Amino acid sequence: MRTEIRIGGFGGQGVILAGIILGKSACLFDGKEAVQTQSYGPEARGGASKCEVVISDSEIDYPKVLNPDIFIAMSNEALIKYIGDLKDNGTLIVDPTTTDVEDVREFIDEHNIDVYEAPATKTATDEIGLKIVANIVMVGAITKITKVISKEAAIKAIEDSVPKGTEEKNIKAFEAGYALVE
Amino acid sequence: MAEEFFIQGNEACAKGAIAAGCRFFAGYPITPSTEVAETLARELPKVGGSFVQMEDEIASAGAIIGGSWGGAKSMTATSGPGISLMQENIGYAFISETPIVIVDVQRGSPSTAQPTMAAQGDMMQARWGSHGDYEPIALSPSSVQEFFDFTIKAFNLAEEYRCPVFVMADEVIGHMREKIVVEDDIEIVARKRPEKTDDYLPFENIENGTTPMPAFGDGFNVHVTGLTHDERGYPDTNNPETHDKLIQRICDKVLNNRDKICSVKSKGCEDADIVIVSYGGPVRSVIEAAAQARADGKKVGYVKIDTPWPFPDEQLEELTASAKDVLVVEMNLGQMYYEVDRVCKRDANVHLMGKIGGLLPTPDEILEQIDKIGGN
Repeated sequence: MRTEIRIGGFGGQGVILAGIILGKSACLFDGKEAVQTQSYGPEARGGASKCEVVISDSEIDYPKVLNPDIFIAMSNEALIKYIGDLKDNGTLIVDPTTTDVEDVREFIDEHNIDVYEAPATKTATDEIGLKIVANIVMVGAITKITKVISKEAAIKAIEDSVPKGTEEKNIKAFEAGYALVE
Repeated sequence: MAEEFFIQGNEACAKGAIAAGCRFFAGYPITPSTEVAETLARELPKVGGSFVQMEDEIASAGAIIGGSWGGAKSMTATSGPGISLMQENIGYAFISETPIVIVDVQRGSPSTAQPTMAAQGDMMQARWGSHGDYEPIALSPSSVQEFFDFTIKAFNLAEEYRCPVFVMADEVIGHMREKIVVEDDIEIVARKRPEKTDDYLPFENIENGTTPMPAFGDGFNVHVTGLTHDERGYPDTNNPETHDKLIQRICDKVLNNRDKICSVKSKGCEDADIVIVSYGGPVRSVIEAAAQARADGKKVGYVKIDTPWPFPDEQLEELTASAKDVLVVEMNLGQMYYEVDRVCKRDANVHLMGKIGGLLPTPDEILEQIDKIGGN
């Protein structure tokens, strides 16, 4: 099965790293195939940033995401810009601190979208004391909600991807995100 | 033990270069190839190699020619605007038979056009970009794994045939991340070094065409020039026979080994009515489109060209034998299309699907073309 994931946010929120962790988890630690691509433009911190991951049980040929099964919006701009590509019955995960799902309510209702609110920014700030780990909190929430990667693989991929010395804080952030959703 | 990594194409290219024995990189970083330089700037010093950021691209090409004659396997990486600027020294590398590897991660063109978008507009520059007669070798990767593998292969071919070799990638393959497997028994071709004999000639007209090459400082009497030269390397510019023999040999050492150099992959061509021909990034969409067309009951196959140069005439002719139509999918307005047309036009209608703008053709877009050709 092919699962297409898109993560959109501001430059500087770490959406690219979040996507890399999903891809790495799937193909190095879960025994699946994965391809990660990103919009690569003149983005700077604060600009728009988009990261895409395809995860599949079999070889992935076409590497890009056209109609995501899962869309994670970490900015309202990304939410509005990309919601229209989400598949019918798809999954939408938003950070309520930085987005307002009411802006896309019509689409959600028309296309029977599963919506989850994961307050990644708030959790990162309040529980970890570090706003910059909001992306890792979100990876925790994505893992729990979508099960597209296993928890064990995610933890290994985080340890393998974050700067040395920050592993513990990042794993804590992941666990906090994992606990956000029932 | 094989190792696995989840990395970008450009990082895989740099990793492949080091695995192949590259110990000198000179370049002028340019999007979308920058990560090749960035990775090698970090990694080359760790293995005793050197990285130089040059003042521009022609100097970069000059520096790696010097690096190669200094005895180091040498490489540069660039994109369209840079490959344009390198052309003069690339010609110098051909006539002086200097093994170098030139990586071109292609972007929207001409000029500086689309730095962050994919294209395949430099294919003919790899073939004809410098003036005069020569036969380049070029490889086009379609995955991160192939960007690693083909970079190694490029070094091996450069050393085997003592000539420049291009790796013609594109922004899609350069920037996407995939898993690569690095085996621990990688085949590496070492440079053939000459014996110290009294009659050694650095540009000798020997039978397989490739003369062993010394490094500066090895104690050989060698003259390296862009002028037409005799077998010692001394200029002999007014003798038609010297020029003919030299250039013919430089071309023949590649052309006569096409069976060893040319590489294609294919599927479903044996009974195909329509064969899709592609290379580099777009192959990813072609494979999916061909599989979908087969599932829909259409006799469609594909050929993926690993080595655009020298062009795999024989392989393509064989694989398109049953085809009534051949569809070339590439990210330009027709470059390799003309080569495919040259080989296939006698027995098939050759069509072009040339997509520019920076985005990979989608499988659906290719299926639409197949429907048009099939008269649906």
